[in-house]
Amino acid sequence: MTSATTPFRWREPSILPGFGLALGITVTALSLIVLIPLAALFLKAASAGPADIWAVATSPRTLAALKLSFTAALFAALVNAVFGLILAWVLVRYDFPGRRLIDAAVDLPFALPTAVAGISLAAIYAPNGWVGSLLAPLAFKLSIPFTDLSFGFDGKVAYTPLGVMVALIFIGLPFVVRTVQPVLEELQSDVEEAAALLGASRFRTIFRVILPQVLPALLTGFVLAFARAVGEYGSVIFIAGNVPMISEIAPLLIVIRLEQFDYAGAAVVATMMLLISFALILAGNLIQARARRRFGDV
Amino acid sequence: MSDATLPTVSAAMPARSSGRARGESLAVQIVLIAISLAFLLLFLLLPLVTVFVEAGARGWEAYRAAITEPDALAAIRLTLLVAAIAVPFNIVVGIAAAWAIAKFEFTGKNLLISLIDLPFSVSPVISGLVFVLLFGAQGYFGPWLQAHDLKIVFALPGLILATVFVTFPFVARELIPHMQSLGSADEEAALTLGASPWRVFFSVTLPNVKWSLFYGVLLCNARAMGEFGAVAVVSGKIRGVTNTMPLHIEILYNEYMGAAAFAVASLLAGLALVTLVLKTLLEWRYGDVIAASRRH
Repeated sequence: MTSATTPFRWREPSILPGFGLALGITVTALSLIVLIPLAALFLKAASAGPADIWAVATSPRTLAALKLSFTAALFAALVNAVFGLILAWVLVRYDFPGRRLIDAAVDLPFALPTAVAGISLAAIYAPNGWVGSLLAPLAFKLSIPFTDLSFGFDGKVAYTPLGVMVALIFIGLPFVVRTVQPVLEELQSDVEEAAALLGASRFRTIFRVILPQVLPALLTGFVLAFARAVGEYGSVIFIAGNVPMISEIAPLLIVIRLEQFDYAGAAVVATMMLLISFALILAGNLIQARARRRFGDV
Repeated sequence: MSDATLPTVSAAMPARSSGRARGESLAVQIVLIAISLAFLLLFLLLPLVTVFVEAGARGWEAYRAAITEPDALAAIRLTLLVAAIAVPFNIVVGIAAAWAIAKFEFTGKNLLISLIDLPFSVSPVISGLVFVLLFGAQGYFGPWLQAHDLKIVFALPGLILATVFVTFPFVARELIPHMQSLGSADEEAALTLGASPWRVFFSVTLPNVKWSLFYGVLLCNARAMGEFGAVAVVSGKIRGVTNTMPLHIEILYNEYMGAAAFAVASLLAGLALVTLVLKTLLEWRYGDVIAASRRH
């Protein structure tokens, strides 16, 4: 702490050695590997000039790819929020055979390389795959209000936007479970018991007592799963079908632009993706900070 | 079941006596467990099982041929080489970062922590793209590199750079919370007793944090060997030369050699299982010291 009498110091004195060396290594590596390359991305995007940036940013193919990436990630994160919460609840509260095995299996998407997950999901959900062949007879029509996204189910998952969602659900699940689980574990039972003793139904206790305490963590998990899903590439491209304007995700469009040696175009799409996801992560953090203030620390 | 008929006050009693399962009736519990199991089965376990089933679909000979053909072996070697360089690099930087952040108080610390975590919120494809923009033929340093006959993109250095980028946070973010929770008293005592700074580090700090370091290295290695998007962009996918295992899988799959693709994939899936088992053992055994074990 600096006070009126002591001059401002940017670091507290310590008898431990090695601060300069450790910070030097860290900042050098961080700059060379992460910061300067990312700066080059923004520079390249900016060097395209306003007219070109606008042309790339508003081209129907760019907009379709960004829209698919963000909406599929959003729906996948919502699915993960619901099932991840149930899963975390079951793992923390109930005892059943194989619980620890299931607990360990939740981390599979962290460990399994995305390309492996990708070809496997594509094989499973393809029309002749294990699950794909079961889903074919289940075709139905359902339109989501306020979006023109086609979620009418024609019996196909692989090679459609729905396939993109399946892959994003796979890679996002552990983020929700692993952020909610420790909060559920530390939840004090006395409040719950008090609610029950005061005559609240179990349903009311869960929604009015337990859920508000879990909400900030659930939101964090949701944002983490969403952020990961937006940028995901390996597990998606095999199952997506990659039809331009329909099932082509934004990261794939970047790769395609690069393969056409359109560096500036790739940089503009990448910059848009980064800016939108940073803004969403920031918004998520702000909402979470508000929830924390309202419902207490987690 | 009895909860529904008994007065509310006594309703809490059977709930409390049933231990872990406060509240919900057995039926609700079974339904929730069934939903969880079905969801996991459909989205996690089925893909894993499929890898091994499809890999063995053509029999043992085909499997052996797929993983021992020259391009596959070259891909395996390249994957191991990239990880062998990228992981130690990130261990050194991760330890340095954790030492600076956990043992000292300085302005801008939180910013530094956020910047170290930054690669986690960048798409893997963008992690590769940035190096193409710097070192590619039309990149900022492209002409200079060409004039000096140096190759970074579409060669080993590019693969290593992209892999280091995506795995940058893993070691640091496991070590930082653990070293912070340990404080500096042990190191200060060792110094006072006359130990040299390096001795303090190798005999006091490192043994204290070895399990969380191992945990971080484990995750870092799994990602390094399995990374796809970032290396796909910088590799150029030259068979036998710049193809890592995940890229080799992609090429085989796109050429409709599904069984061969799954054969190579089964090796990576095996690595994932080993990683998962070691990770779980560490969490069970040293869960209290692996501070960040539940967060990624």
